[in-house]
Amino acid sequence: MKNLIKPLAIAAALLPLSALAHKQWIAPSKTVLNVDQWVTFDAGSSTDPFVRDHNAARLDNLVITAPDGSTVAPENQSSGKLRATFDLQLKQPGTYKIAVVNTGISASWDDNGQTKRWPARGTPFTPEGFAQEVPKKAKDLKVTQSIGRLETFVTAGKPNDTALKPTGKGLELVQVTGFNDLYTGESATFQFLIDGKPAADVEVEVVADGTRYRSAVNEIELKTGKDGRFTLEWPQPGLYWLSASVQDKKADKPATERRSSYTASFEVLSP
Amino acid sequence: MRHRIPLVLCSMLPGTVLAANLDLTIEIPRLDVAEYHRPYVAVWLEREDKSVAANLAVWYQQPKKGEKVPAAAAAGAPGGMQGAAANPQGGAKWLPDLRQWWRRSGRELTLPADGITGATRAPGEHAMSFNVADLPAGQYKLVVEAAREEGGRELVDVPFQVPAKDAQVIKAKGSRELGAISLSVKP
Repeated sequence: MKNLIKPLAIAAALLPLSALAHKQWIAPSKTVLNVDQWVTFDAGSSTDPFVRDHNAARLDNLVITAPDGSTVAPENQSSGKLRATFDLQLKQPGTYKIAVVNTGISASWDDNGQTKRWPARGTPFTPEGFAQEVPKKAKDLKVTQSIGRLETFVTAGKPNDTALKPTGKGLELVQVTGFNDLYTGESATFQFLIDGKPAADVEVEVVADGTRYRSAVNEIELKTGKDGRFTLEWPQPGLYWLSASVQDKKADKPATERRSSYTASFEVLSP
Repeated sequence: MRHRIPLVLCSMLPGTVLAANLDLTIEIPRLDVAEYHRPYVAVWLEREDKSVAANLAVWYQQPKKGEKVPAAAAAGAPGGMQGAAANPQGGAKWLPDLRQWWRRSGRELTLPADGITGATRAPGEHAMSFNVADLPAGQYKLVVEAAREEGGRELVDVPFQVPAKDAQVIKAKGSRELGAISLSVKP
């Protein structure tokens, strides 16, 4: 048992986000709607996307951008054991972006054969705390910045792209074919950006909802081209989970490594 | 149950364009189901690139006249649900279920639209006449889409050409949500 714990702890230290085995997801009840309609969202993390069997997602950093670019508040927000939930009335025509952006810096180092980490889970990074708690010359010191985006999109009436403008920070997805205009039998093209510029050679994983009711995950693995774009065909209608992550050295101090991750869910309809 | 709705769709577009005289009959089948709701139906003309040349008809549940928000619904509903029970837009919230129509043009229309939108129709044959002006020569499809609460969705399309060489009648048939469809095109 002892032999097993150490490699696991090192693996955990290398991936500072809780992205180890659990996939984060936001599941919208519908994505193609009319103005004034209500839509509800579940958000959680689990081994298989959309399966409510592990933990509710933390929605502290939930931001809903309305079609005119303003921020609107979710309604009836609550958190259960297995999923968090909130409602939204689509009062404006156009496309809404629902995003949870988690950022942070964490450090890990080797202290006499023991892996230490700071800050503790659920506590924020502060420069003062970092100066105080993290030994500058520790063995295998690794300071990692993480930027994680968890998104989904819904449209009332005609889609627009005001809410979809990239922020230019971390890994982001841009529509080439519409996020809420996805149909089986048609190919969809999206583009990944890193800090606002095309992200080439990014590995993208796509999983269809319903893994519980089939014997294989059947994930679709893709890679972005030089222009950051990738194209896929949807095997069947339903909800899809799409995710990618990139590691680089473009971190904010005191971090030296940066991990940018992006996850979104999309609804595909039959034509 | 035969209605004749003469309709002229005009526009101010310049250029050499033609008109199409279309006589259309749509059959809404009588279905032996426990809970029957009349289908929502959309009829439009599609160009070869699937863009919409003309919206001809949309049947959906109209708002009831003089409907008011019940005080109980306004007071008792959580999270700003006031008015949801009164449904002032009629069945407009279900229009996205006419999925292709919604995607191709419905989501851009302001409803109700004069001469296009109307109440749902009972099972039976429904005849309509359209004089569609301003159609450049080319291949078109007349598309009929039906979606029914507690039921399914079906699309039937009828290809035709503008200008028509001779008067012709083109027939198509749905399998469940739509019955016989007959389109008569006159030059």
